[in-house]
Amino acid sequence: MSIISIFFTALFYISLIVFLVGMVKKIYQFGITPAPLKIPIAPTPLTQKGVVMRIIREIVLFESLFRSNKWIWLFGWLFHIGLLLISIRHIRYFWPDDLPDIFLLTQSFKYAAFVMVFGLIGLILRRIFVERIRYISAPSDYLMLIMLLIIGISGMIMTFTSNHTDIIMVKEFTSGLVSFNWKNLPTEVYFLIHIFLVFVLMVIFPISKLLHIPGIFFSPTLNQVDDARSKRHIAPWALKQEQEHATQLEQILGKDE
Amino acid sequence: MVKEFDIPILPTYLETPKLKEGVMDGEGPFKSAQEFQNPLGFPGEKVDNWQKVAIDKIGELKSKYRSVQVFLDSCVKCGACTDKCHYFLGSSDPKNMPVARQDLFRSVYRRHFTFAGKYFPKLVGAKELDDDMLDDWYNYFHQCSQCRRCSVFCPYGIDTAEISMAAREVLDVVGIGQKYCNQILGKALTIGNNLGLPEPALRDTLLDLEEEIEEETGGIAVKYPLDQKGAEILLITPSADFFAEPHIDGLIGYGKVFHQDGVSWTLSSYASEGANFGMFIGSYDVMRKAALRIRKAALDLEVSRVMVGECGHAWRVAYSFWNTLSGVGVGAADEFSQKLQDQLDHRYPQPQHIIEYTHDLIQRGKLVFDKSANDDRTVTFHDSCNVARATNMGGILGGQFILPREVIKAVCNNYVDMERSTIKESTFCCGGGGGLLTDDLMEIRVKGAVPRMQALKTVEKDNGVNTLAAICAICKSQFSKVLPKFDFDPYMIVSVHQLVSEAIIMDRRKIEVQEDKSEVD
Repeated sequence: MSIISIFFTALFYISLIVFLVGMVKKIYQFGITPAPLKIPIAPTPLTQKGVVMRIIREIVLFESLFRSNKWIWLFGWLFHIGLLLISIRHIRYFWPDDLPDIFLLTQSFKYAAFVMVFGLIGLILRRIFVERIRYISAPSDYLMLIMLLIIGISGMIMTFTSNHTDIIMVKEFTSGLVSFNWKNLPTEVYFLIHIFLVFVLMVIFPISKLLHIPGIFFSPTLNQVDDARSKRHIAPWALKQEQEHATQLEQILGKDE
Repeated sequence: MVKEFDIPILPTYLETPKLKEGVMDGEGPFKSAQEFQNPLGFPGEKVDNWQKVAIDKIGELKSKYRSVQVFLDSCVKCGACTDKCHYFLGSSDPKNMPVARQDLFRSVYRRHFTFAGKYFPKLVGAKELDDDMLDDWYNYFHQCSQCRRCSVFCPYGIDTAEISMAAREVLDVVGIGQKYCNQILGKALTIGNNLGLPEPALRDTLLDLEEEIEEETGGIAVKYPLDQKGAEILLITPSADFFAEPHIDGLIGYGKVFHQDGVSWTLSSYASEGANFGMFIGSYDVMRKAALRIRKAALDLEVSRVMVGECGHAWRVAYSFWNTLSGVGVGAADEFSQKLQDQLDHRYPQPQHIIEYTHDLIQRGKLVFDKSANDDRTVTFHDSCNVARATNMGGILGGQFILPREVIKAVCNNYVDMERSTIKESTFCCGGGGGLLTDDLMEIRVKGAVPRMQALKTVEKDNGVNTLAAICAICKSQFSKVLPKFDFDPYMIVSVHQLVSEAIIMDRRKIEVQEDKSEVD
């Protein structure tokens, strides 16, 4: 294997480990942090099924965002749906053998790159030109979008221009990563930029705002059923406190009668 | 000390303002003195090692509240909330945009608790909690009414109220409390209500009220029982209801409804307050103490139902938190909660809102109204934020929007809703909630009222609306003060039960006439 191939192979595993360990830690942290009070937000579902439907609508349709602002919704939704389709199409590169026929259906997903890049450009322009969005943006907010944009454009260059990378070699390299059968990677510059930034993205995932992905599932305003009167909801720390202070508090309260 | 400011001119259409940085910079509300801080368990003045105390507290809060942890981590700065806050829309100060307000907290969290913030603070906008930042916290977290409108529009449900409560708790712990909230809490926790009305004063007020109603109704004896052991219903209402217009007119309405139902009910002098300001300062313990007074009153008076009057935050705490804090409801295991649960009548929701109760009586034909008594009014309803966004009524989807409107329509002939994007779950705050109903915050109260006033002006012009009904003591107090500043009649704000009170027919003979008439119809 070439030095650069060894470097990128090692980088892949390092970023993957950082990603997995970081995400598991963060999800664990979200999971063990108690929600001491019922704080669902209207329009509030009164049943568990309603809550599940609500979160599905949020994830698939970005319902609240749609209600809020049609432009942010349009760009944001197009970016996410484009990214999803593109990601599905990328499974072919990691599949060690010949692709099952079902993947023929994902062939046209490559055009989703245009949708994704369009969405990203919209989001960047909004951040730059809308005064209030500019006010709330940190450098990392721009960088994140620019990074995704470069990933998208470098991928498009390889797919839609004459700058084709050796696709057989790409497949051997990437499927080799998952099956531990390491191979050289093509050293074509657009490809190197493309995968390097994907690795960077994996590394910053658990330490950045990309945490909105697990976050949405743990958001107590979205995932709680509005049944406070019929079912007691109490956090472990609050229950402990209650058991320790119960009689004492009742005595304190009685005093000033 | 209180800044002079211009009353904003109401726009024809509500537009997102151009940012005016620093317009709402300032000292914030009056700070709480030692005598109000200490009883709540907070230091009397800014502690010496305040930075460490504050950072430790942030660490504690993020491990105790999933909301704080998840909301601090999840925001992508999409901007969905930036034009949703009434205080931003009214003041143009960018730090009143919900995400920017949260960022005062988030930037400190990042600096001390995240990898990126520790090693690349400039890149991710992480900041130290220095004196300037602390001033901004005190000032701007007291320009948030915790109304939660922004979170309705957030794709991740990030709730600025949770962050604002956490920030105020941190401020209290370092010794910088807000006078208005903490002084009131002191009264509520010792005397039993926010106004500090002791039992004899309360008794006098209620007796006066009974006389007044007897006179007005031509001899019908509507009673306002206090501390009556063995009554069926314990009514917990904001103490404003005992005190002044328009609140007291609502109390008159509740009394008339109880009278017509023939139910036995009582108020408690020990727990005469519904509003729980513990929520405003974000303190679970203080909120719990206030809630436990109500449990104690219910136990001592041996009531089988607990009911809440027209008060927004009271209803949120009662509906969403009482069961958690003090076991009013079902499922709590401690001795006192179990005793209470055995005592409560579980055919009714516990606690129940007075609107649910009146609505139910109307549905069952137990109340008779002469709607024409309200014919001089064209009514619109202001959804109070905590009722609208945090609670339910009647156990049906959106019941908190439906029931009050149905009650109003049952007693009035002329009802009009304000523009859809300004009501129901998207309702604009009155501008005075969340512990801001104090004169030292008049500027932000007036500016924050602009979006609500604009929507009201539109229905006034287009539909001749002359009455604004609400079911929250803070809304009513705030509107009484703010309405005249925008050329409205300050008396146009009424309690929903005032409308009920005006239309309800108490006299048996008149009821019969009315029933004959409806048969002919």
